[in-house]
Formats: sequence, structure tokens, C-alpha cells
Amino acid sequence: MTGATGFLQRYAGLRGLLPGDSALRAAAAAAFETAGLPGGTPGRRIEAWKYTSLRPVAEANFRPVTPRHEAETILARLPLLDAPRIVFVDGVLRRGVSVMPAAGFAPFAEQPDFGTLTWPDREPMVALNTMLATDGAVLDVPAACDGGLLQLISIVGGETDYHPRHSIRLGKGAQLTLMEVSAGDGSYLLNTVAEIHVAEGARLTHIRLQDEGLSAFHVSTTYVDVQAGGSYDSFTLNIGAQLSRTEVHAQLSGVGAIACLNAAQILSGSQHSDFTTVVGHAAPGCTSRQTVKNVLAGRSRGVFQGRIEVARDAQKTDGYQMNQALLLSPYAEVDSKPELEIFADDVKCSHGATVGALDSEQMFYLRSRGIPDGEARSILVRAFLADALDAVADETIRARLEAAIEQWWERQEA
Amino acid sequence: MLEIRNLAVSIGDKPILQGIDLVVPSGEVHALMGPNGSGKSTLGYVLSGRDDYTITSGEVTFDGVNLLDMAPEQRAAAGVFLAFQAPVELPGVNNANFLRTALNAIRRAHNKAELDAVQFLKLARAETRRLAMPEDMLKRNVNVGFSGGEKKRNEVLQMAILRPKIAVLDETDSGLDIDALKIVADGVNALRGPEFSALVITHHQRLLDHLVPNRVHVLAQGRIVRSGGPELATELERTGYAGLTAEAA
Repeated sequence: MTGATGFLQRYAGLRGLLPGDSALRAAAAAAFETAGLPGGTPGRRIEAWKYTSLRPVAEANFRPVTPRHEAETILARLPLLDAPRIVFVDGVLRRGVSVMPAAGFAPFAEQPDFGTLTWPDREPMVALNTMLATDGAVLDVPAACDGGLLQLISIVGGETDYHPRHSIRLGKGAQLTLMEVSAGDGSYLLNTVAEIHVAEGARLTHIRLQDEGLSAFHVSTTYVDVQAGGSYDSFTLNIGAQLSRTEVHAQLSGVGAIACLNAAQILSGSQHSDFTTVVGHAAPGCTSRQTVKNVLAGRSRGVFQGRIEVARDAQKTDGYQMNQALLLSPYAEVDSKPELEIFADDVKCSHGATVGALDSEQMFYLRSRGIPDGEARSILVRAFLADALDAVADETIRARLEAAIEQWWERQEA
Repeated sequence: MLEIRNLAVSIGDKPILQGIDLVVPSGEVHALMGPNGSGKSTLGYVLSGRDDYTITSGEVTFDGVNLLDMAPEQRAAAGVFLAFQAPVELPGVNNANFLRTALNAIRRAHNKAELDAVQFLKLARAETRRLAMPEDMLKRNVNVGFSGGEKKRNEVLQMAILRPKIAVLDETDSGLDIDALKIVADGVNALRGPEFSALVITHHQRLLDHLVPNRVHVLAQGRIVRSGGPELATELERTGYAGLTAEAA
């Protein structure tokens, strides 16, 4: 059974066995049944999914069987850091390959927490996750504690669908750097939902590397709430999957809260990657920053939809959005949709977009120094990418992301 | 030896160069002067292979080889170097890596072994010191955040490292103070020898005091309207181009 019906049937068979609030799951299932998969029903259009259709997901036949693949091999090629790591293999916590943090972690399977921020009734993929989630990470950094660096890794395979559910809470003045890596092998669906609470004065740095198998589907929806003086600083690098959608809803609820939702998408072949954000400025004096860079080769397509909502009393809001694309082929496409909805009158909000091919003057300069055409192109693309990673302040993490990009680049040159 | 015969070049329908004849023998430095818009920079670009121009007639050979059939990188490998009037910024490209990539590409073209990072840095540091440039220029991104003078000196550094057979310097002296001007002139003088020639595009006698040319040519309205010895530059400093432009018209 394919598409939405297949997922609903699976839920029907599992409903008594799933952890957590069964009423919430039932409501999510009803919402999912009504909405269907975005793009999965001909003739039904959802504005939030204007440029991305999950029709291939609706047409895929996911089988809930344990796939056979070498999780350790994939783990070995990932650019991991020397720090605690929580590893999920095929959607299930695998303690054997994890390096557990000293405290503050529980698996969702044992301590299910659906949180309070998500909207299963508005987001079909969140409804699907709520209906079928079985495991994930529940992280808690108590007030005034420094959680250091923590890696959250997902390795999956086969032709199966996975619905990890994460909950991350930072108490007042707490700190954490979270590096989330997802990779795999197969034509699976990874549909993650994360809920993040950053309390007053807390700081979360959230780095994501999406390096899924090239025939995989990746959907990730994150809800963030940032209280007064808190900061959520995120960077997402999308290089894998045939189709991916990263959606972030960030609510700045307290005075002076900060959210940075930066991203780079590096695509080739017929890859499609969508980075969609909704930033809500609900309190005065908050800052949001978004720089999204795309490098698009082949027939790939990059999407950035950025919505900024400024509430009536969110005076002195400072919002900035920039989408840049480097098109390496005449068949590549970028779609950019900024939306500003401003009800306050004393705000600074700006957005911009640039799209271009490689600069002909820079190309000529390099070639006039003896550097052949192909090598000159490679130098300029790498430079654009290096620039994209400037948003990552931590040098060790940046080096890991550079290594992932280098692997991507070697794949292109091969 | 660079030989330009009856070279005519246009951008779109607009003729820029209208029949240039110019020979720069090996071992000689020639100055190219002339009013703004006369086509001096165009000549430099055409020699180094920029493809925004249409060559409507004429030929250009370097040591007997047809330059016009070659890609820019092939010309660089053959020994042609253009010091840009407005050097291009390359954000995200480290200056030392850029220079090493260029040098190794040229060495590869000559079947010479490539230099590793250590060998290259030794060479680059020596040249940087010789040109009285701060060493951190190698660590910075190419021309990004460089002052006008630093950009020009970076061109001279590239020339010193790549060791071309013929260098076209397009107003490399403009915007430089006296000390920087001397550094640029010294950079060219250091390369002077029987195997090296240069075509120096300039508006000022000043550079030619330090870099005495064998010949001076005046380009006006797309043609060489006068050629002479170094004394021609002195004369132009006094009289300007007005008389020559009238002659050409």
C-alpha cells in the first residue's frame, strides 16, 4: 500500500503499541488523513509547499522491514567530532556505537515527549511524525549548565520510513552545541520533528549536516522557542537526498532574543532541496539573521522560502534575510520566496536575493595566470562555499563541514 | 619577440583598435602612452586572451607562435602576463594558494615538477620581501580588502613569481606613491634581461624615469600615431596629446 493510505494502515496496526499520548496520536492521524502528503493529491495545492512536491514520497512503497546495511561503514565515513554522540540506526537508539553524554539524555521510546510547540493540524509531515514516531532524543540541559558539544546522528537504510522525534530543552543561562548528522543508504524517508526550548539567556548552537543517500527523501521540521536574551544559532548544510525539505519555525518570545537560521545547499544531478523558515518576532528588540547559499549543478533545484512575522508590539525588531545562488548549469533552478508580515511600526527588516553564474572577470583573471578553465571553475566554486561556511564560528566544526563539502566535490569530479 | 600586425578589434559594432602595428623585441621595454579611450587597455586584454572582443583583422605572434588562437591559460604558459589596471578580487581564495596553483599550472604546461607548499612558500616569501611587501599579503584572500597600491603590488608579486617572457603592465603606476612606484619599477627592472620584454601602459613620465624604455609609442583613436625613443615621453609630458590626436583625425 503506497502513499498516505499506507502510513495510515501502518498506524492502525500499531496504535496500541506506540509510546506516549495515544489521544494526541489519534488526532494527528485524523489530521494527516484529511491533509494527505503535500503534493500527493492531484489538484490540491498548499502555499507553504509551493516549490516542493512530495508526490515521489506518495508514490513510493515503503516497507517497514529491518534493512541490511553497514551502519558502521557509514558511521566511519562521517566527519565526526571527538565528543559524545547519540547514534540512531534505522530509527532506533544504538547504544553500542554511541558515546553517551554524562547526563541529560533519554530516548523518546522510554520518555515520550511530544512537546507543546508543534502543529500537527497545520503541518501534514508533523502529523505523520506524531502518528508514527517511535524513538528520538530527549535532551535536557539544566539552568546555568554548559552541555558542551553533543552529536546526534541518524543512519538509516533500505526502503523504509523513519519518524524520529526529538525534544531539546535548555534551562535559563544554559549552553549547548548540537551537531546533528543524518546519512544513509537506500530510498528511504526520514521525517524528523524536533522541538527546541531555549530559556532566558540560554544559548544553543545547532549545526546540521544532511548527507542522506542520493535516492532518499529527507523532511525535517523544527520548532524553536527563544526566551528573553536567549539565542538559537543554527547552520544547516544540505548536500544529500534526492528530495529534502528543512523547515524551521522560530518564535522569538522574549525581549532581545536572537535566531540565526543560516544554510548552504549544494546540489547536483536532479537533487531538490527546500529550506523553509518562519520567524516570529513576538517581543521587542529581537534579532533574526538568515543567509542561505545555494550551489546548483546539473538539473538540481534549490528553494528558499523565508517568512518573517513581526507582531504589533515587537518594536525595534531587526530582521535580515539573504538568499544567494551560484548556478553552475543552464538547467539548474533556484526559487526564492521572501515574505514579510509586519504589524509593528519601528522595525528594520530587509531581504535580498542574488543569482548568478561564475563571474566572467574572475574566471578570466584566474585563466590569465595560467590556471586552466576547469581548475579555475573549481577554485571559484570552492571559494563561494568557503564563504557560505563563514557563518559557522567553531573552527573544528567548520573543518568537518568543509570535509563533507570536499567529499561532495570529489563525487562531482569523479 | 611580440609582433602585432594590422590588428583591428571591436566590441560589438564599435571599432576600438583600428590597425595596430607594433613590434617589441626580446630584451626590450616599450612604453605605450595615449589619451583615455584610445584603446591601450583593450590591447592588453586582447594580448592576454579576454574573449569580450571581436578581432576583425590582423595577427599577433609571440616568438613566432600565433597568440590569437590560444586560450588565456595557454598564453600564460607561453609567457604572456597582464598586470591588470583594476585587479580582480577573489573572495574566499587564499593569495598563496592562488599563486601556487598558477605557478604549478604553468610548470605543468612545461613538463616541470610542481612545487609543494613548503617549496612554494620559500619562493613566495623571498619575492615578497624583495618587493618590500608585508608577508601577510600571502595569507589574505586575493585582492580582498587590499588598498589600491597593495593590489598593484600584488600584480607585480604575481609577475615576479610567474616569471613571464612578456609582461603588459596596464597603468600599474597609477595611484601609487613615489615609494610604491619605485618598488613596481624595481620589480620590472629585476626581470630585465635578454629573455624578457615588457609593454608598459602609462600616463606618466614618472614611472619611465625609473623604468627607462627602449621605445615609446603613442596610441590615439585605435592607432599608433607616433613612436620614438625615451625622449618622446618627456616631450609628451610638456605638450600633451592634443597635437597628436589632431594628426590622427
